[in-house]
Amino acid sequence: MTRIVVAAIALGAALVASVTVAVTIGSAELSVADVWGSVAAHVLGRPSPLDPLHDGIVWQLRLPRILTAAAVGAGLALVGCVMQAVTRNQLADPYLLGLSSGASLGAVAVLLLGIGVLLPVAAFAGAMLALLATLGLASAFGPLTPTRTVLAGVAVSSFAAALTSFVIFWTATGDSYREILGWLLGSLAGARWPEATVAGVAILVVGVPLAFTGRVLDAFAFGDRSAASLGVPVTGARWALLGAGALLTGALVAVSGSIGFVGLVLPHAVRLVIGPGNRALLPLSGLAGAIFLVWADTLARAAFDPRELPVGIVTALIGAPVFALLLLRRRSLA
Amino acid sequence: MTGVEVRELTVRVGGRPLVEHVGFDAPVGAFTAIVGPNGAGKSTMLRALAGIERTESGMVLLDGDDLLALPRRRRARVIALVEQDAATELPLTGRDVVRLGRAPHETIIGGGDADAASVVEDSLRRAGAEAFADRDVTTLSGGERQRVLLARALAQQPCLLLLDEPTNHLDLAAQLDMVRLVRELTAEGVTVVAAVHDLSLAAAHADAVVVLADGRVAAHGPTQATLTPALIHDVFGVRAEWTRNPITGGPLLAIG
Repeated sequence: MTRIVVAAIALGAALVASVTVAVTIGSAELSVADVWGSVAAHVLGRPSPLDPLHDGIVWQLRLPRILTAAAVGAGLALVGCVMQAVTRNQLADPYLLGLSSGASLGAVAVLLLGIGVLLPVAAFAGAMLALLATLGLASAFGPLTPTRTVLAGVAVSSFAAALTSFVIFWTATGDSYREILGWLLGSLAGARWPEATVAGVAILVVGVPLAFTGRVLDAFAFGDRSAASLGVPVTGARWALLGAGALLTGALVAVSGSIGFVGLVLPHAVRLVIGPGNRALLPLSGLAGAIFLVWADTLARAAFDPRELPVGIVTALIGAPVFALLLLRRRSLA
Repeated sequence: MTGVEVRELTVRVGGRPLVEHVGFDAPVGAFTAIVGPNGAGKSTMLRALAGIERTESGMVLLDGDDLLALPRRRRARVIALVEQDAATELPLTGRDVVRLGRAPHETIIGGGDADAASVVEDSLRRAGAEAFADRDVTTLSGGERQRVLLARALAQQPCLLLLDEPTNHLDLAAQLDMVRLVRELTAEGVTVVAAVHDLSLAAAHADAVVVLADGRVAAHGPTQATLTPALIHDVFGVRAEWTRNPITGGPLLAIG
């Protein structure tokens, strides 16, 4: 227990440091002191020590974007952990099982219909429908094995992605390619305070409680009956956890598009270090996911300055090989 | 202290009755063995007693309270079940698994259970699973994993311990260890009900037996009085005779 707390404090400190340093990185020259000065001024309502241009870069552009990255990274890693445990599938991930694409489709549909207030609801509905479609399709093939589930996820996610692209092409007025890429690959380029708020609230309301469900998830380890004999309301708990995962995915995809592989890579990486127990895995994966996406987005934003990559390219470049490795390991086990 | 009273328990799966109108008493602090041929409904009945199999009717009374009507978490503080051949793909350590036995005693986020660590260590020791505490349970043999799951059940600190074929994966010495542990627990007032496939093991060690055949109770009561040669012939189709164990001096059911 104490080891978990120490690790969580260390990762929390690393996250604060990562956010601070990430804000200084970019074409405008800024120091850590500038960042804290600007943040303190805004929080305390004092005049900023920076000139308006630099202050705007810190407070209006980089900080909200980086905080959004942290929230999205934390949430996707958490949802990955939860889905892996609930479906007893090491390959489960909101992107691979189609939730992210489903959420994108829901979000795009309501945005283009001009009913943006429904954005979170539509993204959640899209994620949940995609999850149901994936699990339904996979179980129609036979027993719900990890590989089958991922294949069904590929089918569902390709279909949702195609529909998303179609809807954007049909209605777009400006640069539809860029917009499609943003939704399908995931991008934080447009993240400002409203996006940071949505992602932050989602993490506080859904993510934080989810991070403390490790004990329930562990109880599923020996199967449903065993969980039931430990007092877990199996069916209710499974759907509540999957529903919460879809809700969180929906909220995050609504601000960032479908960023892939975070939910796959981070839980596995953290497991290698601390072992498979979900009680420690969940909170630590969340923190690690936040740090990971802050740096992935910084790379996407600054490495090829003045060009910018969608952050999903960076996470896929890292995540797809990890996915391949996991598949190889499964084969050697079987 | 009346013990556990099972009344009119019926379990139907797909219209077919697997357990029908089953009723018997398991005295407090006694070891009751459920015996019967394969497919008699032993495992189904144990799961029904644990409240994890949907029952069509029936009550499981402990001191007058119906355990099947309790909320699950409360029930999991009273009843623990060790299933046969439970397996996992999640590479938890033995200690992690035993720690799960404390789940019903904790708040939903895992607090409020100050003795958890000592109960876990004690349970590992009593079940003879200390050597597996730090091992990955997916690498354990069937018998080793069974000890870990037994330790998990002990960590629940149940009044009623249900064991499904507890000696199945165990070598002979380990079987006697298991019997010794069951005796220790009953001496502490735990009521133990176990499905036992090995009739002579049940005959030698159980205080009472329930003979199941085709989902119904063929006979129940004190072991020697119940397991008569005639009943055994009827239910199991073998000849049997009570005699004396030359090593322990206890009763021995000779089968031939």
